[in-house]
Amino acid sequence: MMSREHILHRVRTAIGRSAGQAPGAAPPVRIRVPAGDSSARVGAMLARVEALAGKTYHADTPEDACAFVAAAIAGKSALASNAPFLAECGIAQLPGVRTGIIDREELRECCATSNIGITSADYALADTGTLVMLSSPREARLISLLPPAHIAVVPRERILSGLDELFTVLPNPAGQTSSMVLITGPSRTADIEQILVRGVHGPGEITVVVVG
Amino acid sequence: MSAGFDKKIHQTLADANLQLAIYTATGRLKDKRSESFAAAAMPDYQELRTQANALKKHAIENLDHYLEEFERNVESHGGKVVYCKDGTEVSDFVLGLAKERGARLIVKSKSMTTEEVDLNERLEHHGLESVETDLGEYILQLAQERPYHIVAPALHKTRFDVAGIFEKQLHVAYETEPEKLSQIARGVLRQKFLDAGIGITGANFLVADSGAVVIVENEGNARLTSTAPKIHIAIAGIEKIIPRAQDLAVFLKLLARSATGQALSVYTSFLSGPRRTDEIDGPDEFYVVLLDNGRTRLLPDRAKRQSLYCIRCAACLNTCPVYRKIGGHSFPWVYSGPIGAIITPQFMGVSHEPGLPFASSLCGACAEVCPVKIDIPQVLLDLRSEVKKSETREKKNRLEKFGYRVFAWMMTHPRAYAWAGWMARHAPVVKVGPVRAWTSQRDLPPMPRQSFRDIWSRR
Repeated sequence: MMSREHILHRVRTAIGRSAGQAPGAAPPVRIRVPAGDSSARVGAMLARVEALAGKTYHADTPEDACAFVAAAIAGKSALASNAPFLAECGIAQLPGVRTGIIDREELRECCATSNIGITSADYALADTGTLVMLSSPREARLISLLPPAHIAVVPRERILSGLDELFTVLPNPAGQTSSMVLITGPSRTADIEQILVRGVHGPGEITVVVVG
Repeated sequence: MSAGFDKKIHQTLADANLQLAIYTATGRLKDKRSESFAAAAMPDYQELRTQANALKKHAIENLDHYLEEFERNVESHGGKVVYCKDGTEVSDFVLGLAKERGARLIVKSKSMTTEEVDLNERLEHHGLESVETDLGEYILQLAQERPYHIVAPALHKTRFDVAGIFEKQLHVAYETEPEKLSQIARGVLRQKFLDAGIGITGANFLVADSGAVVIVENEGNARLTSTAPKIHIAIAGIEKIIPRAQDLAVFLKLLARSATGQALSVYTSFLSGPRRTDEIDGPDEFYVVLLDNGRTRLLPDRAKRQSLYCIRCAACLNTCPVYRKIGGHSFPWVYSGPIGAIITPQFMGVSHEPGLPFASSLCGACAEVCPVKIDIPQVLLDLRSEVKKSETREKKNRLEKFGYRVFAWMMTHPRAYAWAGWMARHAPVVKVGPVRAWTSQRDLPPMPRQSFRDIWSRR
C-alpha cells in the first residue's frame, strides 16, 4: 500500500498532474471494418488457416461436419466442450467422445490424457485465420490447449473480417469473460536455430471446420 | 567505454560461428518483418504507427489516471493489483503469497520485466523452484545465461549447444534434432505446469478500461502458465498501460509483424481477473504486479520519456548494424540493441556504462522500423550529452576538452589551420592513444596531395 502511494505520487509529480485530475482527450478510437461478403470470408478464413499449416474442412450441413469429425477422431480419444453447437451437429454424441465436464479437476485429467480436443469458437477472424475463444461454462480453456490436436467447429456466420470487427462487436471482452484467447494456427517455436517446430506446448495440429 | 564492454564486443567479433548465428537469425527476422509490412499486405501501416505513437504518448502523459482506472477494473473482476518499487518488493510479494498458499513450484512464461529484477534467482534463493517454460528461456535457465535477444532469447545457441545442455542438465540422451529437443522440453515442462502452485507471466499490454492483461506468444506456455495453476501473477512495468480494449486493434496489428513477421502471434490472451463463478477452468486468484524499478525516473524529461513507449518487438535489434555485429551479451544489462542503449542508461544511470550511447552509428534504421515511432537516435544524442556533462562534472574528460579547445582555436585562426593542414599532408600519422584505437579497426582516408586553398590560390 505504501508503494502504491509512492509510485503514483512520483508519476504525478513527473508528468505534472494532480490526484483525481481528469485526463486529457484520448486519441479517437481507430477501427476500420472493411465491407465484404460472407462467402469471401469463408474462403479467406480457410486459406489463412491452411497457410499456417492447419487443416480445414468446409461442411455444407451440420451432419456433414459431424461425419468429418467422426472420421478424424476414429481410433483416438476425444474430449468435446459443452458448446451447444457441437451438440447440434451431433458431434458431442459421437461414440468415443467425452463431453459435459464441468468440474475443473476432472477436466484437467481428461485434457491431459485425450488425443483430441473438440471445441466450437465464439468468433473467427478471416484475414488472419484466427479462432476467438471466450472462456465460459460452454467452453473451457484447456480443451484447446492441452490435447496434442485441436478441432474447432464454427458456424459460418461467426466469421468476422478481422480484429477491427471483433473489437466492434466486442468492445469490452472483460464484461463477458475472464479469458478471451485468439488462436492463430498450431503452437509453434523457432527458438532453436530459427527452425520451425510445431506443438511445443499447445496443440501441434489444428483443424478448422466451417459449417454452412 | 568500460573495459568489460570493450572485451565482450571483441570476443563476439572474434567468434565466427556466433557472428554467423546472429547475422542469419536477425536477417531472417528482419526480412519477415519487411514482407509483412509490404504496401500490398498492409497499406495503412504508417497510419497505424502514428496512432500507436499517439496512444502511447497519451497514456504516458496521463499515466496515473490510467493506472488507477486499470486497478479499479481489475478489482471489479475479483483480481488484485500490487504496486512494487523494485525487485525486492516483487520477490517479497511472491514469496509471501507462496508461503501463505503452500506453493513450492512456480512456472514462468517469458517476461523481460522479470529478467530486469532477476526474479528466478531471488525466488530460488528462498528455496522455491521457479521454472522458465518458453523453450528459449528454458534452455537459458538450464545454461544459467540471460537472454541474448528480446524476442529470440536463445538465438546464439546452436542445436548442438542445446543438445549438450539437455544431456547434462536433464540427463537425457544426446539429441540434436530441434523437433526432438522441443519434445523433451515439452515432456518435462508439461508435468511442471500440472504440478505448479503459481504461474507467473509478463504482460504485453495492460488495458485500462477492461482491467485486463494481454499476453502474446507462440508456444502456448503463457496460456498454460496462466490457466493451469490456481494462482496467476502477471508482472508488468507501469508503462504497459493502454487506454482501451479497442486500441488493441492498432497494437496487435503492429506487434507480431514487427517481431516475427506473423500477422498475429499464435496465442493472444486477454485476461481479466480469476475465473468467474460459472467458468470451468482458470485460476482462482489473479494478481497484477505493477513495477516501477526506475521507470518513474524517466518520466520528467519530456523528450526522453518516449523510451517508455516501447512494446518490446525487437525490430530495432534485428535491423541494427551494431547489434548484428556485437550481439546481445555485449550489452551491459538485460535489454540489448538500440532500445537497450536508450533505456539502460536511464534505468541504471548513465555512468553504469558510459560507452553505451556512443556504441551507435546513428544511422537511424531503428527509428525507421519502430512500430511506435520512438526517435531512438535523438534519445541517444541526448544521452551522449548527459554522459559528457557528467564527465565534465567529475573532471574525467580534461583531455577531450583540451582537444576541442585546440580545435576551436584552430578553426578560428586561418594560419594555424593552414599549418595543421600542411602537417596532416606531410607528417606521418602517429598511431598512439585514441588514434591507435581508431586505426586498429579502420583505415584513415588518404589525404589529398593539394589542399583546397592551394587549388584556389592557383586558379
